[in-house]
Amino acid sequence: MNIKELGEYISSLTGGCEIKEGKQFSEVTILPSKLHSLAALLKEKEETSFDFLVCITGVDYGKELGVNYHFRSTKLGHNVILKVRTEDRANPNLDSLTDLWKGADFLEREVYDLLGIRFNGHPDLRRLFLDNSWGFPLRKDYVDDTNIVTK
Amino acid sequence: MGIKGIKKDEFKDNESLDLLKESGTGVFLTTIDDVINWGRKNSLWPLTFATSCCGIEMMATGAPRHDFARFGMEVYRASPRQADVIVVAGTIVNKMAPVLKRLYDQMSEPKYVVAMGACAISGGPFFLNSYSVVKGVEHVIPVDVYVPGCPPRPEALLYGMLQLQRKIETESIKSRRKRTSGHSSK
Repeated sequence: MNIKELGEYISSLTGGCEIKEGKQFSEVTILPSKLHSLAALLKEKEETSFDFLVCITGVDYGKELGVNYHFRSTKLGHNVILKVRTEDRANPNLDSLTDLWKGADFLEREVYDLLGIRFNGHPDLRRLFLDNSWGFPLRKDYVDDTNIVTK
Repeated sequence: MGIKGIKKDEFKDNESLDLLKESGTGVFLTTIDDVINWGRKNSLWPLTFATSCCGIEMMATGAPRHDFARFGMEVYRASPRQADVIVVAGTIVNKMAPVLKRLYDQMSEPKYVVAMGACAISGGPFFLNSYSVVKGVEHVIPVDVYVPGCPPRPEALLYGMLQLQRKIETESIKSRRKRTSGHSSK
């Protein structure tokens, strides 16, 4: 499917999602509560069959925290981006996609490690790179006077 | 000596070298020193240690075009116990710092450190706003020679290694260097 068809098809699958057609990918912004069900549909439906989770990106927008998922179908050769945002900075929670794509395991651990976003249902949500003495260093409000030199 | 930007006379300047000499004027000791230093400086074996892109330039320095085997640095040792010099080629992050310190401690005396590239000298491009990078490798181990560049060309590393050889020439067995005592870890 091309970008336009893909966008139309995804909006028919679920309500309440916002679709933006970019040059390369179509971007689907969705509520955190609908993330897991839509991801499962995208994987299972014959028309989309996204069998490959390319990457997970954690983003700090300042007020909100967000996660972007890049999916690709190796069978049909099309891509899509799923975006979720959460306003809860103190205790951000999203559903884990490890039950659908095994590769989400380390990617979600990395996002948890650097931004502190927790993934419900993750089999082993430990930090990936840093030890427990760290905060979440990629957050915009992270302070560390001993290690960080600022202008 | 075909290194650009440095005049041959300047490179061959041995007057300043004599000032640096630690053994003074004693006839017997200086002769022994000369022999020992000659041996040490012409068989500087580096440790196989590289953490990022500077490592590629270090490999190029060892490869046939630049070939620092010409100056006795032919063998990269895989074990720190057999190495004389550690070229810190690349970014050292906080997680790597204890590993680097251990490698340095495992090397046998006499041992030398060359900080290669901007990252090893000061943190370089990661100096500002980085939570993970050590701002200069001298916070972890004492450094003999700094080679600036990002990354330095093989010629620059060669020049740095030759400077290290010159430094070794000034040593004396009479006053053994206490390497870690003068080093303040911040």
